[in-house]
Amino acid sequence: MVTLNINGRDMQVDADPSTPILWALRDNLNMTGTKFGCGAALCGACTVHLDGNPVRSCVTPISAAAGQKITTIEAMENDKVGKAVQDAWVRNDVPQCGYCQSGQVMSATALLRTNKAPSDADIDGAMSGNVCRCGTYQRIRAAIKDAAKTLA
Amino acid sequence: MRTEWIDHAALVRPPEGGMSRRSFMKAGAVATSGLILGFFMPGANKFANAQQAKAVHAPNAFLRIAPDNSVTVMVNRLEFGQGVQTSLPMLIAEELDADWTQMRGELAPAGAAYADPAFGMQMTGGSGSIARSFMQYREIGAKARAMLIAAAAEQWKVKPEQVTTSQGFLLGPAGQKASYGSLADAAMKQPMPATVALKDPKDFRYIGKPVKRLDARVKSNGKQQFGIDFTLPGAKVALVARAPVFGGKVGKFDATKALAIKGVVAVLEVLTDRGGSGVAVIADGYWPAKQGRDALVIDWNTSAVEKVSSTKQMADFRALAKTPGVSAMKADISKLAGAPKKISAVYEFPYLAHAPMEPLNCVVDLKADSCTVWAGSQFQTFDHAAIAATSGLKPEQVTLHTMMAGGGFGRRAVPTSDYVVEAVNVAKAYKGGPVKVIWSREDDIKGGYYRPSHVHRADIGLDAKGNILAWDHAIVGQSIISGTPFEPFMVKNGVDSTMVEGMGAPYNVPLNLTAHMAKANVPVLWWRSVGSTHTAFVMETLIDEAAHIAKMDPVAYRKKLMGDKHQRHVAALDLAVERSGYGKRKLPKGRAWGVAMHESFNTVVAYVVEASVTKGVPRLHKVTAGVHCNLAVNPLTIEAQVQGAALMALGTTLPGAAITLKDGVVEQQNFGDYTVARMSDMPHVDVHIVASNDAPTGMGEPGLPPLAPAFANAIFKVTGKRLRKLPFDLKTA
Repeated sequence: MVTLNINGRDMQVDADPSTPILWALRDNLNMTGTKFGCGAALCGACTVHLDGNPVRSCVTPISAAAGQKITTIEAMENDKVGKAVQDAWVRNDVPQCGYCQSGQVMSATALLRTNKAPSDADIDGAMSGNVCRCGTYQRIRAAIKDAAKTLA
Repeated sequence: MRTEWIDHAALVRPPEGGMSRRSFMKAGAVATSGLILGFFMPGANKFANAQQAKAVHAPNAFLRIAPDNSVTVMVNRLEFGQGVQTSLPMLIAEELDADWTQMRGELAPAGAAYADPAFGMQMTGGSGSIARSFMQYREIGAKARAMLIAAAAEQWKVKPEQVTTSQGFLLGPAGQKASYGSLADAAMKQPMPATVALKDPKDFRYIGKPVKRLDARVKSNGKQQFGIDFTLPGAKVALVARAPVFGGKVGKFDATKALAIKGVVAVLEVLTDRGGSGVAVIADGYWPAKQGRDALVIDWNTSAVEKVSSTKQMADFRALAKTPGVSAMKADISKLAGAPKKISAVYEFPYLAHAPMEPLNCVVDLKADSCTVWAGSQFQTFDHAAIAATSGLKPEQVTLHTMMAGGGFGRRAVPTSDYVVEAVNVAKAYKGGPVKVIWSREDDIKGGYYRPSHVHRADIGLDAKGNILAWDHAIVGQSIISGTPFEPFMVKNGVDSTMVEGMGAPYNVPLNLTAHMAKANVPVLWWRSVGSTHTAFVMETLIDEAAHIAKMDPVAYRKKLMGDKHQRHVAALDLAVERSGYGKRKLPKGRAWGVAMHESFNTVVAYVVEASVTKGVPRLHKVTAGVHCNLAVNPLTIEAQVQGAALMALGTTLPGAAITLKDGVVEQQNFGDYTVARMSDMPHVDVHIVASNDAPTGMGEPGLPPLAPAFANAIFKVTGKRLRKLPFDLKTA
């Protein structure tokens, strides 16, 4: 048993310590908002926050999360910045297939927590690890700027 | 064109049209705690037997109005980003006169009623969801409204002509008002009108307006359930170790280490695609299944299968392209030899993986007398039949649920139903209950069903003024269609029509075109915009080159070659030119304009782009699109589709955007060595739509083909080099 603090709650997970956070969330806890895209930290679909920092949960074992706070997409509606990002996503009609968007929202939220008015270059830097095959990048860029405005 | 599908469609479970209306209503109440207003549309089902055709109503057929006044539209297509779960409800809301807040979309399971009205099979492809269901869904909405009006008239004892509707409410002459939900029950008892008048486009409230997606919120907060998120109590996860060469088989394997991993419950040899076999590791979750698969020791037997190497294949294709293939278009090329100016060009295109963000997956619940499958299927009719054939069950014992899919781009429309069949084979071997087969990203990248590799060879003779006198052209590539159920009508006179689509038109050129349909042990498939992924690049860069020889502006040259018979092309091109400032606005130093246009799926997209080269690397900065898709049902979706298709096309130009093979083994494995476009690659894409009220044409794919050639044409202006190979590489150009 490994104890994980997820979205403010301690949860018991019966999984091998090498298990990536992603699969503990999805298979052990049935929290499927965090998505599997590549399994190799190459696409960002699985992004969660570990003590507030965006990490790729597909390569981060649960053993590395001990004593730290894991925050997932499921908690973003109750997070001031996360909610602003989600609202901007809806206003800007960002998602297409939507599969990558949990990860996009998590990366964007982390960006806006540390950078209240990101430039295009800042957005490129923070978001280029998140692949979207549908090509929603332009609306993501607009939505991040829109969210920044509502948070200002 | 439709008859060839009958065998497949006939295998599909027929709609339950024989159910009595009373039992149907009761069932509806139980199933949904509301009232179902459903329609079975005989016109939508070319395969209905006489008894079914007599039935007017069927549960859940197309729309359901609940007591809470919500209107749920059954979407007969797969939603995988293209927005059909919003746009089809728009069509019904328009004619039903519903309020947008009432509307919901739900993906329909496999069922004969949901067949594409034109193709006679349930499918999502060819950019046809709106184009082919535009009238179908409007008529359903209009008929439902007529029945609601009839019910209100009866209740209020007035004439139907005295009842009007407004945003989900029925209004009577004496101030009566009732919600649709409150009269849905009564409306069910009304006869469905045989014909109904549709709205005049000038009265449209939703169609043609930018309507936001119904699924944007749940796709922003993690609540949208995709196929990969679906599970059943006790369901196991399976990963399959597949042969390193397509069609290879397991020689022997040692499962000892895999079985020792906690959570692994079974290791089984299973049948895989193309007559091969593999080893399935079945476990409590993905991670133990993956650990188990990694621990397998397998000796593969690949002696019986061809081992393709891309380098040799391309050399073979280039040699083949020098010789004439099977004729696709005939023209006199006698003037070629003596032409004063010439273009001789060879183009190369690699295999491409679709790589949708949601890896392939399939949940199978196989029992003695039933098989239920959950998959993000683009080809429900084929997949349903394949499940029945593989499980050995009768079609009526098989249920296929359509799951929201995280992209697809063609990969989920497989004539062989490869991943669905494999998943059923895993369930058959396991026998231990429901199982979810998940593909890793490596499985996906290495898993075949690629956009086929191609070589084009062009020899064009021009006069001194740049007029094209003769054009001899050969295309070499694997056929997507050959050997599939589509062959009888999509292979024409020995040529796969998808291999040559997009060649020639709209230009009035003497094009003599032949095609070689090469064989190779690599499964190939349609990839967003199919043949136009390569033909548009070849056509639009060659036309640009001819314009350069003619010393004419490439826009003016294109118009001259089109003559006056292609007004939609001209309108799209003019719009892109005008809005981009092409020829008027001065570009920053180092940037150049590029132009291209292409028609696919009856839609014309023209791009005017701005590009530069930094340290030898081409860079796309700005894209202005002119789109002619006739009536633009949802301009917001069209903008998204064009931006997305442009980005996907840009991805094909980037270093590393190629699948290559060596000794039969795919050399790439994940997003680290198979390049896809990222945020930092995204140019600003402005989308402009030509106004029209004509019946809508395709929109999911047409934004893709003209982007790469427009980019290449701009890079020529910057460097003087003609890029003839994808992905772009200026060093070898």
